[in-house]
Amino acid sequence: MSFRHLRKSFGGRKLLDLGPFAVGAGEAYVITGDNGSGKTTLLRILAGLEPGEIAGFEFRGVPLIHGRLPEDVRHDIVYVHQHPYLFHSTVAHNIGYGLAARGIAGVERRRLAAQAIAWAGVDHLRGVPPAKLSGGEKQRVALARAKVLKPHLFLLDEPTANLDGEARAQAIALIRQLVQDNGSLLIACHDRELIELPGTRRFHLENGKLDEA
Amino acid sequence: MDILASTRQAFALLFSGDAELWTIIWISLRVSLTALALATPPAVILGYALAQKRFFGRRILVVLIQGLLSFPTVVVGLILYILLTRQGPLGSWQLLFTQEAMIMGQAVIAFPVLAAFALAAVQGADPRAHETAVSLGASPLRAALTTLLEVRFAVVAGVFNGFGRVISEVGCAMMVGGNIAGVTRNIPTAIALETSKGDFAQGIALGVVLMLFALGISITLGLLQGRGGLK
Repeated sequence: MSFRHLRKSFGGRKLLDLGPFAVGAGEAYVITGDNGSGKTTLLRILAGLEPGEIAGFEFRGVPLIHGRLPEDVRHDIVYVHQHPYLFHSTVAHNIGYGLAARGIAGVERRRLAAQAIAWAGVDHLRGVPPAKLSGGEKQRVALARAKVLKPHLFLLDEPTANLDGEARAQAIALIRQLVQDNGSLLIACHDRELIELPGTRRFHLENGKLDEA
Repeated sequence: MDILASTRQAFALLFSGDAELWTIIWISLRVSLTALALATPPAVILGYALAQKRFFGRRILVVLIQGLLSFPTVVVGLILYILLTRQGPLGSWQLLFTQEAMIMGQAVIAFPVLAAFALAAVQGADPRAHETAVSLGASPLRAALTTLLEVRFAVVAGVFNGFGRVISEVGCAMMVGGNIAGVTRNIPTAIALETSKGDFAQGIALGVVLMLFALGISITLGLLQGRGGLK
């Protein structure tokens, strides 16, 4: 994924004014920056969830028009909220949701979902209503829900924010695996352990500019 | 008037399976449920679109729907009567004083209730629900259905409220149905007629049925909301 220029303004105030940037296949980038610096907005724009002005936007070598991403590109980029939203169904349904959206049939969908459930270590939560899960459990389900889709780019927004102790360690362990599995990741975060994750490059967002740290 | 005697008679009518009484109840249910079935899909789609999309005239439509919530049913009946009367623009359809005319009227009456509930439900939905669906690759239609499913209890509450409004309305049913026995006489029009004739037993019996419907709606809603608490 790359772009030549990305701009975003809110009410006349320029929030983002980024120059050329690219995330190559199998590369993991961590983006740091103060609260309000635009990290979340940047990820949301790249996910197509928010309008933004992008010039020279390309994904896997194909030029794109932001706001009109073709289906195959939308299927290749998965954004995970800072506080993931789980549908009011079951853990398995949540993890299989994206597969169903891709038309993957029931048996195969259940098989892949079961693998992802095991990967995230949430098998024991199958019978628990998603709304009753803790923040850490929701984050793991959301990571499994993203991973099962094998996207070319993961956009993770503060995946360990508001997590502590065991829950944070488990989330970091999963993200470490995504990095080790040669996933392309863009992670907005403050978490020192994530920032220093082996195999990642660190960028800092300040005054609308993104610079390698 | 002996209220006790009339009430006793009313329950006797209900439990004896009085054909005339049960025909009235059947007509009421058939007309109201058909009207709801016809009005619900377009009303929910409109409510969803008004909540999620930004388009020209959106604000006017929202105000219109909110205004129509308190629109007198007798005026709906009047407008429909003018349209369906033999000299009216839809006179050739020959629908005046038929169940179809009552269904049309009740669908119009239920529509703003259903749309307003769907609008409020989707507006009140967590925006992350739609975003998550989109981000996981859902098509616009699947993302819309997912969002509606996430707020299903509020949408269903709208359907029950719509049912409560149409099953008990008398003005429109009387005007476009004509209160014809065995054809267009439903519970509210029958109560109005029997009361005016001084036959309170059937009026009370039908009133009991209406109140049982209301109670049933309330209990079902309560159960649904209880399950909704699972979120």
